[in-house]
Parts: sequence; C-alpha cells; structure tokens
Amino acid sequence: MNRRRFWTFFWLGLSVIFILAGLLSGEFRVVWQKAVTVCLECIGIG
Amino acid sequence: MKTERKRRITQLAAALGFNLDLLSLARGQISQTPTKGICLPALNCYSCPAAIGACPVGALQNALNALRYNLGVGQKKLGLYVLGSLGLMGAIGGRLPCGWLCPFGWLQELINKIPGPKIQIPSVLTYLRYVILILLVLLLPLLLVDASGLGLPWFCKWLCPAGTLEAGVLLAMLNPAIRSQLGFLFAWKLAILVFFLVWMVLSERPFCRVVCPLGTILGFFNRVSLFRMRVDLGRCILCQACQKACPVNIRIYENPDSERCLRCLKCEPVCPTSCIDHGFWLAEKKTEGKTPVRV
Repeated sequence: MNRRRFWTFFWLGLSVIFILAGLLSGEFRVVWQKAVTVCLECIGIG
Repeated sequence: MKTERKRRITQLAAALGFNLDLLSLARGQISQTPTKGICLPALNCYSCPAAIGACPVGALQNALNALRYNLGVGQKKLGLYVLGSLGLMGAIGGRLPCGWLCPFGWLQELINKIPGPKIQIPSVLTYLRYVILILLVLLLPLLLVDASGLGLPWFCKWLCPAGTLEAGVLLAMLNPAIRSQLGFLFAWKLAILVFFLVWMVLSERPFCRVVCPLGTILGFFNRVSLFRMRVDLGRCILCQACQKACPVNIRIYENPDSERCLRCLKCEPVCPTSCIDHGFWLAEKKTEGKTPVRV
C-alpha cells in the first residue's frame, strides 16, 4: 500500500470514527440546536 | 457536456439545494428542518433563513467555544462530530467543494465577471488565511471564555462576510424585530462585506484565497484526498496556459496536490497537450515524476 493510499484511508477511517463518536455523545443535536437559533454574531447583532 | 458547464450547473444546484427552505425565507425566520444538524460542505451560513444545513466553520467555533463549559459540567461533547465531518469532506474531495459546491465561491466567480480592471492578489496575502484559521476559528473561541466557560464565534462575529450577506442583510430586510437591533457590529460587518464585494470585481476569489477557514482546512487534505488532480509531466510543455486559466494562479504541473488548488478543473480544457487529468484515484501513474519538456 503506497503512502498516499495509507493516509487517505487513515483520514477516512478517523473521520468516520469521529462522526460516530460525536453522534453517540449527542453532538448532532448540539449542532442542530445552534443552527436553528438565529446566530446573533453571524448577523451582526450580538 | 463541457466541464465548465457541468460545474456551473452544479454550483447553481448546490446554492439552491443548501438553501431549500423557501417557506422560512418568505416568513423571515430561519429554517427549523431536522437536516440542520448536518454540516454542509460549503461556507453557507446556518442563519440564512432558507439554509437546510449547518456551516461547518460556525459549527466548529461553537463546538470549541463551548468545550470548556461542557467539560466543566461533565458533558463529553468534544466537537468530534464536526471534526469528523470536516475530515470526511476533506478525505473524499479535498477542496473539490470549493470549486463545485460553495455558494460563496460561486458568488465570487459571478461578481468577477463584471468588467473592470483586474488585479492579482500578492501571494504573501494568501498566508493570512492560516492566521485567521488558527486565531479567529480555533484559539480565540477556545481560550477567551467568560466566567461560565463559554466563548464566542470570533470569525463569524467579526469577519465572515458570507454570514452578513446570507443571514444579516436578508434577516434585516425580512424581520423588523432584527432590523430594530442593528448597530455598530452590523455596520462593521456590512463594511467588510462591501470591501469584499469590490475586491471580488477586481480579483478572482479573494475571500477563498485570503480568508476562508473552510478552504484552508480542506486544502490540507488535497495531498491525501480520494479525488485528485494528475499531470502527465512527460507531455507537459510548460506553456503556462493552466496558470493563466487558474482562478488562484497556481502552476498545477509543479504540484497537482497544492493546497491552494480549488479543483475547479478550469486548467484541464485549456491544456494544449491534454496532460492534466482528474479523478478518484488511489494508484500512482507511471508517467508522474518525469521532467516537463519546454518547447
């Protein structure tokens, strides 16, 4: 396996593990909660 | 169908697809769809009323600025979901979303078509994006926190013109309650937006090249992503046609994995020897590594 292929699969695998770990700890809900609330900083109020 | 035509259609489809909740837009309120927990592969503000996904840069800052609070109250929310989403985007396409999906990138291309003097961006300015990523997106949200341990999304608050355009201006127009609260910060962000809009007329993709933290993160993955550019150096004649067509002014034959490359593929059709190629490859090609022949 060449070096590039190794790092491609390393990052793909690590990313999937991170996503699953994040989903299991309820982070999808945290992102959603923030995204459905008007971000005062983004719009230039807060 | 020509690649550039395909890209235009994809950019239009992505801009509409990422901002599909037109009912919320009509009401002047931001969308509440369940899909807003998904990080989009683009700089598309989640406070845009029609947005149906989350901006990964905003989500990353919010994960970091709440990290110390979460750890303080014993919640193991480390921002892994956002980091994983960014890693997945990068490992699959590198900066491919910059060239093909990002609505703010597309806007820059459209505005640059306005006739007028065109200026090149000094390459030293392109290093600013690393400072912005490290300082405004990573360090300040993580380190500058209040007594409860909560910080601020510094990049969104003080710099991001995409948020001002897609969310601030739209909500100010559509929602009287928000309009009544506008003050200095909005004026500051509006000035930054105007500055970038003018710069977009003069230069190609100034925000992507000088500021964008998402492009900077995805650019790190250009070296390892499944999608890659490839140059057959045995056929390259160093004519520089690719550099002239490149919106970020790189020589693709020197480094096909350059982290500045947007993977817009504009270099491919202009190459007189058709030595530039792209695809989802893992294996190396035998011709790589040869010395180009100047004619």
